[in-house]
Amino acid sequence: MAQGVLEIDRVSKRYGEVVALDGMTFDVRAGELFGFVGSNGAGKTTTMRIALGVLTADSGEVRWNGEPITFEARRRIGYMPEERGLYPKMKVLDQLVYLAELHGLSTNAAHRSAEDWIARLGLRDRRHDEVQKLSLGNQQRVQLAAALVHEPDVLVLDEPFSGLDPVAVDVMSTVLREKAASGVPVVFSSHQLDLVERLCDRVGIVRSGTLVAAGSVDELRAGGESKLVVDAPLAPAGWADHLPGVRSAHTSSGRTVLEVTSDVDDQAVLRAALATGPVHEFSRQRPSLTELFRSVVTEESAA
Amino acid sequence: MSSLTPGRAVFLVSRREFLGKVRTKSFVWGTLVIVAVMAGYLLLQSVLFDDAERDRVALSGQATVLAEPLEQTARSFGREVETVDVSDPAAAEEQVRSGDVDASITGASDDLRVVVKDSLGEELRNSIDLLVKQQVLDAHFAEAGVDPAEVARNLERASVDVVALEPRDEQRGQRLVIGLVIAALLYYSLLVYGTMVAQGVVEEKSSRVVEILLATLRPWQLLLGKVVGLGAVGLLQLVVIGGIGLVLSSLSGVVDVAGVAGGALATGVLWYLLGFFLYATVFAAAASLVSRQEELQSVLTPISMSIVVAFVLGINLMISDPTGTTVTVLSLLPPFAPILMPGRMAMGVAPPWQVLLAIVLALLAVAAITWLGGKVYSNAVLRTGARVRLREVLR
Repeated sequence: MAQGVLEIDRVSKRYGEVVALDGMTFDVRAGELFGFVGSNGAGKTTTMRIALGVLTADSGEVRWNGEPITFEARRRIGYMPEERGLYPKMKVLDQLVYLAELHGLSTNAAHRSAEDWIARLGLRDRRHDEVQKLSLGNQQRVQLAAALVHEPDVLVLDEPFSGLDPVAVDVMSTVLREKAASGVPVVFSSHQLDLVERLCDRVGIVRSGTLVAAGSVDELRAGGESKLVVDAPLAPAGWADHLPGVRSAHTSSGRTVLEVTSDVDDQAVLRAALATGPVHEFSRQRPSLTELFRSVVTEESAA
Repeated sequence: MSSLTPGRAVFLVSRREFLGKVRTKSFVWGTLVIVAVMAGYLLLQSVLFDDAERDRVALSGQATVLAEPLEQTARSFGREVETVDVSDPAAAEEQVRSGDVDASITGASDDLRVVVKDSLGEELRNSIDLLVKQQVLDAHFAEAGVDPAEVARNLERASVDVVALEPRDEQRGQRLVIGLVIAALLYYSLLVYGTMVAQGVVEEKSSRVVEILLATLRPWQLLLGKVVGLGAVGLLQLVVIGGIGLVLSSLSGVVDVAGVAGGALATGVLWYLLGFFLYATVFAAAASLVSRQEELQSVLTPISMSIVVAFVLGINLMISDPTGTTVTVLSLLPPFAPILMPGRMAMGVAPPWQVLLAIVLALLAVAAITWLGGKVYSNAVLRTGARVRLREVLR
């Protein structure tokens, strides 16, 4: 039986005429960081809310360890909603203790855990301040602590990096990696694709309420085209146009970017380049997640 | 791994609400101010009562022998008279002028002269009149060779038996006051703490914290915890204010039916609980329809209005005719019962069957409202932005 796996299985949801989710399916495994990307309104937040049970799906199922998820299991999820929310007039420590208790911790355990996370996230001087008096960055840290304070079995974070300063981004990344390393499945959504690419084991791209691509960044790249960058300043224009496996070439100030098919013989291209004169750079450029994402989105508008 | 029972969930939510509110300065000061105002009012009342029920009369010259008979006669009219002997009638007149005494009596016992500032009180005038007539009568008896003391003894024995077909409660006035005070306290508590529940719901909605809460709590647990916690704050305040008021009014002698007042406070607490669950749930459900404090007033007004109407209309009816059909029927209906029924009970005009019927109806209404309000609340509480229509969330 699948242990530590969160499965979203063919979940659909409509708001009146608007289809928010249409057969959304993916899974997040134990110890894995899963990045959830997609345009605004693609259905990321709705999916997370349904996973948390804050919203109910019209059809489909959310499973935890192979079983339909229960209310008790959901209580073991750490959740950071897209719309950040804490009691503005409650003190940081009180707030975290309260939330930990609501997730089933005893009062003592809640206190210990709250103090622990306050220390780890550098909020010690602020623990008796009202949340509304904190800076935005510190409020975000409290929000993260709120998601972690009950030592959750699963982490579901909606846009955890939005509005963070670079230091806080590092803190957040470290914490997420640690949680994943301890065997917790972590799923988060983000628009910062470079961050997702760097951090995540697997990525899911959502479009119009459906998951259109999922896998490690390398797997996602496999289907896409790759590029060769050649810096041969003396090469005449159109030098590479007729090489086998080259689809197109663009030259600007001596640098030529070649779009090539996956079975291209790059050594043949290098020889052709050397034949024109000196070559200062020869590299294979792999598409970034941003480019992959963009190509998925363009497919959408083409469809 | 520990788990969270529904009972503990509700307890945690209500504890937060209770402690959060009781610790605020506004609650502490608000309660102190109400108690202070009440104490001041009672003090004023007891001074006024003292003054109003007692006359100071200055006696001078031959009239000084009238001190005891005057006090006795006045007492038979239900009036306390305090007499002071003043040697000089002119000095007595001066005291009347300055307000130190209410009246000055001079002259021979069968030819008395009374000096007052503006007018002589009815009871005091009758007492003095009777006293003068008595003196004249005594003189005539003495002339006729009859012992005036014996006549007086015989007179004393002669009295009429009164049979009242519908005896009037001697304490009706005080009962009315207690009933009104209880109704006013309930009116205040329901309105203030009902509104507080509504504000709490909107605060959670506008600060979006509700989404985190609902990831671990069911909507009804959050709603119930909030109502119980804030209800307990209101109850605490009601009991503190009511209790202090009861002690002060007994001590100062403004109310001499402490038993009635204590019973009224107890029934007041019962009705507060019924009324609070009824109104607070409606308040919470209404508040869940909006997302900002500014929009709150528009959805709360219809509910507040029904409490205000129950209070104003009910008080007027209760004063004019507490047993009338209109006020009887209103006091049975759940929206009005929490304010009117305890008032009528304090006045002693509500038969047990009416009280029971009102309680049963209120309990039924609480059950229905909790179910309906919970439904509205759980459907609307996560919808932020535009105001949610009632029709949408009841489907």
